[in-house]
Amino acid sequence: MKLNGFGKAFGATVSAAAIVAVSATGCGSDKNAPQANQAGSSNVTCAGKKALKASGSTAQKNAMTRFVTAYQSACPGFTVNYTSSGSGAGVSEFTGGVTDFGGSDSPLSAEKGEYDKAKQRCGGNDAWNLPTVFGPIAVTYNLPGVDGLALDGPTLAKIFNGTIKNWNAPEIAALNQGKDIPDQQINVIFRSDESGTTDNFQKYLDAASQGAWGKGAGKSFSGGVGEGAQGNEGTSAAIKNTPGSITYNEWSYAKNQGLSMAQIITSAGPDPVPLTVENAKKSIDAVKVKGQGNDLVLDTTSFYLPSEAGTYPIILATYQIVCSKYPDADVAPALKAFLTVALGQGQQGLEDNGYIPVPDRFKEQLTNAVNAIS
Amino acid sequence: MSTEPPGRAGLRQGSGRWGDRIFEFLAVAAGATIIGAIALMGLFLLIRAMPSLQANKANFFLTDEFNTTDANNLRFGISELFQVTVLSSIFALVIAVPIAIGIAAFLTNYAPRRFAKPFAMLVDLLAAVPSIVFGLWGIFVLAPRLDPVARFLNDNLGWFFLFADGNVSLAGGGTIFTAGIVLAVMILPIITSVTREVFTLTPKGHVEAAQALGATKWEVIRMTVFPYGRSGMIAGSMLGLGRALGETVAVLIILRAAAQAGHWSLFDGGYTFASKIASAAAEFSAPLPTGAYIAAGFVLFALTFVVNALARLAAGGRVSGG
Repeated sequence: MKLNGFGKAFGATVSAAAIVAVSATGCGSDKNAPQANQAGSSNVTCAGKKALKASGSTAQKNAMTRFVTAYQSACPGFTVNYTSSGSGAGVSEFTGGVTDFGGSDSPLSAEKGEYDKAKQRCGGNDAWNLPTVFGPIAVTYNLPGVDGLALDGPTLAKIFNGTIKNWNAPEIAALNQGKDIPDQQINVIFRSDESGTTDNFQKYLDAASQGAWGKGAGKSFSGGVGEGAQGNEGTSAAIKNTPGSITYNEWSYAKNQGLSMAQIITSAGPDPVPLTVENAKKSIDAVKVKGQGNDLVLDTTSFYLPSEAGTYPIILATYQIVCSKYPDADVAPALKAFLTVALGQGQQGLEDNGYIPVPDRFKEQLTNAVNAIS
Repeated sequence: MSTEPPGRAGLRQGSGRWGDRIFEFLAVAAGATIIGAIALMGLFLLIRAMPSLQANKANFFLTDEFNTTDANNLRFGISELFQVTVLSSIFALVIAVPIAIGIAAFLTNYAPRRFAKPFAMLVDLLAAVPSIVFGLWGIFVLAPRLDPVARFLNDNLGWFFLFADGNVSLAGGGTIFTAGIVLAVMILPIITSVTREVFTLTPKGHVEAAQALGATKWEVIRMTVFPYGRSGMIAGSMLGLGRALGETVAVLIILRAAAQAGHWSLFDGGYTFASKIASAAAEFSAPLPTGAYIAAGFVLFALTFVVNALARLAAGGRVSGG
């Protein structure tokens, strides 16, 4: 999948460059690069394959770059080459045995036979989906003078499918009492390219709208209103110069462009929830796992329909797809070291890139799964 | 002296024939390469497009859907792409051709010789600007400034289909209107330089004859330069049109995608053939969805071909300098 829009065209070059830059490591661009002897990095056993190969989702590209930097300073001489070629390629290259693990924003699908293929690739052992990177999706808007607009699932759904056409609609006013919302046409902006962000946002609308959405999910926007822009860059730029517009963005773009972000009213309570690291962490901690054992496939509806107050509901999780037991004995130790570092020092500064660091309760589950890889 | 020594003449003839043959071979090879390349290109596109066209569940020519996410349920058609491509290119041409002819006439007939050369170079320099720069300039710099103009046209001439309400917002500026103007700037140098070359070739005799008849400068240009350069103007315009039809990145950046189908308004958004292909290029992994885009590419290929053939017909078979 593609969160990165037309930047993806040179994605391969960029990530190659990133890896080169990172190999020169330690100092330089990344001021948050962790030190090998920092607290929490205690028991990393560097062993096995020197350079792991992986590919997949562009959504976790920047997180991967951080993880790799951390891994290289914790285990000098070891590295991971991650190519952000899209989730589809991530899965097919992993099941094809081209890469050691894959990155994908949707878990392996049993219907498409991906589990079976992955099992074959793993020499008869099960493959696991490990959600290690979480990025919230912000609902951004351009309404001069209106701060902290509050919206709930049904209202969002009605805006994005064209049922609500004006900002001063009673549904919006009811949620924003005391705010002066102008009589202005709503201009919906969506991602014109296929994207996991769109897919997740539509899944959220589908789950949280009490039937008001009715357009299904998928990587292409299906709301039937508004205008599309290419990539996160495109939509965030469009929001900036189009008054009255609303869209959904990866958090990092919303932050970097200084866009107004809507607060979301969830199923758990009447109070609107702003997008903050704390609120997103809460919802990751509360998420339900529907996979078996160490296969940590998330039940994403528990993001969308939280039962705990103050949890931010629109979160995109990216999985690392790994073998529970690798046919090639060299891979497992290196992968374990890499994932351990990723969950340890790799988490520092992640929010600068628009990701949410894995919260402690969920980290335990992940660490157990990582340790079980052999 | 007697006649030339036969040996020398024979030698010259021999080497002449040699060089002749080599050159003939090279020329034929060059000609064949381009024909072969075009034929192979067409064939490749057609072969790759065929399976997808057969799997297509919608009417390829009439539908404006382009849904290739599910390889088992391909629904794609070129109606919208065709509309946006043709509208933006023709709009660009309508703006660019008169300006380009004006520049060419100025450079060849009005401008002092000293200024003509640097000025011509300046125009040619436009052609060297990368199209992504044009695209970013178009959406971030030009579009906000065009907003009042677009609004004025939409308010006052909205009854005319070209200026009717489009399917994207005017405030965003990602319309065919903006894209067409940027395209016009992009194709200006090509049209100008071809036209200028032809204008400079106007026979002095024609010009002097017109002047002898007492024609003013404008009449000279109208009576000698324009008729003589007609085929050149058409050829230049066609090269420009070809570039506008195929322009990718600039259009991709400028045009906003629309959720609803357009109705031949300049204030519509959407995709052209080329920008549609570029927008999805990163996702080309499965053969059937890819074939859908290749089919669109084939239509663009055929369209350019037809347009060029028509232009040649219009020029009376005497393209450039004739």
